[in-house]
Amino acid sequence: MDNILTATHITKDYAGHRALDDVSISVPRGKVYGLLGPNGAGKTTLIRIINHITAPDSGEVTFDGHRLTADDIVNIGYLPEERGLYKKMKVGDQAVFFARLKGLSKSDAEAQLRSWFERLDISEWWDKKVEELSKGMAQKVQFIVTVLHRPKLLIFDEPFSGFDPINAGILKREILKLRDEGATVIFSTHNMGSVEELCDEISLINRSRNILSGPVRDLREKFSDNRYALAFIGNPDTLRAAVAPACTSFELGAIDTDGNATAIVSLPGADALKPFVAAANDAVIINSFRRLMPSMDDIFVSAVEAYNRADDAQSSIQQ
Amino acid sequence: MKSALSIIISREYLERVKRKSFIISTLLVPFFMILLMFAPAAIMIFQTPESKTVAVIDDSGVVAQRLRNSDEVKFVPYTAALDSARADESIEAILTIGAKAVDRPDGAISLYFRGAPSMATDSYISGQLKQAIEDIRLEAYNIENIREILKEVEVNISYPTIRIDKDEDTGTSSALSYVIALMMDMILYMFILIYGQMVMTSIIEEKNNRVLEIVVSSVKPSSLMLGKILGIGLVAITQILIWAVLIGACSAWAVPFLGEMPAMADEPELMGAIAQLSDFGYVASLFIYMILFFIGGYLFYSAIYAAIGSAVDNVQDASQLSTIATMPVIIGIIASMSVIQNPGSTLSFWISIFPFTSPMAMMSRLPFGVPFWEIALALVVLYASFLGLIWLCAKIYRVGIFMYGKKPTLIEILKWSRYK
Repeated sequence: MDNILTATHITKDYAGHRALDDVSISVPRGKVYGLLGPNGAGKTTLIRIINHITAPDSGEVTFDGHRLTADDIVNIGYLPEERGLYKKMKVGDQAVFFARLKGLSKSDAEAQLRSWFERLDISEWWDKKVEELSKGMAQKVQFIVTVLHRPKLLIFDEPFSGFDPINAGILKREILKLRDEGATVIFSTHNMGSVEELCDEISLINRSRNILSGPVRDLREKFSDNRYALAFIGNPDTLRAAVAPACTSFELGAIDTDGNATAIVSLPGADALKPFVAAANDAVIINSFRRLMPSMDDIFVSAVEAYNRADDAQSSIQQ
Repeated sequence: MKSALSIIISREYLERVKRKSFIISTLLVPFFMILLMFAPAAIMIFQTPESKTVAVIDDSGVVAQRLRNSDEVKFVPYTAALDSARADESIEAILTIGAKAVDRPDGAISLYFRGAPSMATDSYISGQLKQAIEDIRLEAYNIENIREILKEVEVNISYPTIRIDKDEDTGTSSALSYVIALMMDMILYMFILIYGQMVMTSIIEEKNNRVLEIVVSSVKPSSLMLGKILGIGLVAITQILIWAVLIGACSAWAVPFLGEMPAMADEPELMGAIAQLSDFGYVASLFIYMILFFIGGYLFYSAIYAAIGSAVDNVQDASQLSTIATMPVIIGIIASMSVIQNPGSTLSFWISIFPFTSPMAMMSRLPFGVPFWEIALALVVLYASFLGLIWLCAKIYRVGIFMYGKKPTLIEILKWSRYK
């Protein structure tokens, strides 16, 4: 598979604390890659290593087929979690300054920025000072600055925080557009809703380690546990008795607004599907039957909690 | 990444120079300095003389009539007792002269004053008393023409100082050298502290704004630090040059004018000073050396300030650490004061070579004349230690800018320099 970026066995220690412990990720070209994890797990450290801001103690990062060097940073656009612009500087001057740092000439930078500003409908801010802008406005400016020089790899750390739903939507569309034009996006967030919407693959970093990696679809499949929701009309007890041999768990949910009762069931495997439906069909009227896919939220919580339980148990044994 | 450095320098420079506060302070400070120089004279001219009447109770009987009145002070004989004079609200001051005042003035004379007497009034009264008592004592010797004799004996000494280590016999004035040394010292001190701290606060600001992460994701931290130091340094030099031009223009107009004033022609010290100031080579070389030492001193100290700025989160925390930089500057200034007293001593030599104090100390010595090799040595040491220091501080800076939250100790900061 064609990976634009791979990090292998990255370890980074800060005084008295290991920020990253043998972390490996590979980011496929042209995809949106989610970097998830609880606060303080080590995501930002990993991003800084990818950005060549800090160096790992051990491990290697390759970018576009070669070892990452300082010259690669012009091909990376980084939007940090805590946004920062020079407060006293005019928006336009500032955007040109950052664009020039990324290697654009002054006239190119200005021409491209003007068209971006027009597209995101913020042209009238050009001569304003940053301190006059609201937080969301400044973030729009910063987003443009990050993507302007058309980097191959874009890194967004919590890009939607502070945005209203309309502007968040605009930003999502721009991110997907950039991906479709060939850019790869690394996307770090706590907002699992946006992960489901945007990400093709993810890695989950917890306690300095990569505990879960893979395509979002596969992960949801893997964590689904063969759970199904059955909405029906009829006697719940009859249903329970009829399907009992075909399922491993049976739970009754609330009656919904249409008068349907709901049963959440777990099946032992895909083979059990047909006998279950047949048995249920005989007992009640089936209004809907669907597989319950876990949300990324569920996966995040269950993976992190399972890991922490095992980790804590192990460290208590060692003590 | 050389071009990135120049982009950063130009941003740091233009953003500051374009600011209204810079333009205003650059133009107003020389104006205020001139105002300050003329203020005492102006105050003297426009001051309304305060007129005081002093009631004199003279028990000696001989002193009071010799006290002469001036515009400010009028002596009026008073015959009543002291207590009644004190009770009289219309009397502002009472001078009592004891019966034995001529023989033993100590303890025999008292001045009672409503409120506090001004310095001028006080010194006028004591001067009059001294004159009167001296006159009385002198007359007691009964020598004929004593006043004429004394006038003949009196002499005023003043002579020009001529440097023999210079090719031409230029008149120099050590008093002027002293003043110039003091002025250059103060200018240097001011600039190093103001602009060094500007580097520090600007780094703290970037750190708080989190602009840093964006800039550092585009350029190396060391480029950012160096760019900032150089950009702000250029601002300082711009300001110095503007001031030099303004002050130079003023003095080019004023100095020859002073020299032509006939009243001053018989004051060799002053003529020497004017000759020294009109010597373009002398002034220009002083100025060039000042710029060189300023640049070196600024670079040296701003590297320290940059490291401090990177290590802390806010200006409050910085103030404690910045004594690391401020103390040597102040020690340098204090040491320079002794250097001014004795510019040729061995101590002065070493103080003016040691990089922490050399910019200030050399400034104090320069107006008195320093061998070229010493200046060159001091400059080489200063710039070399800047290079070493910037290497160390860049390492601290690289780690420090990403440390948020807790205030580090000096030892921790030094440890950072060893991080990979």
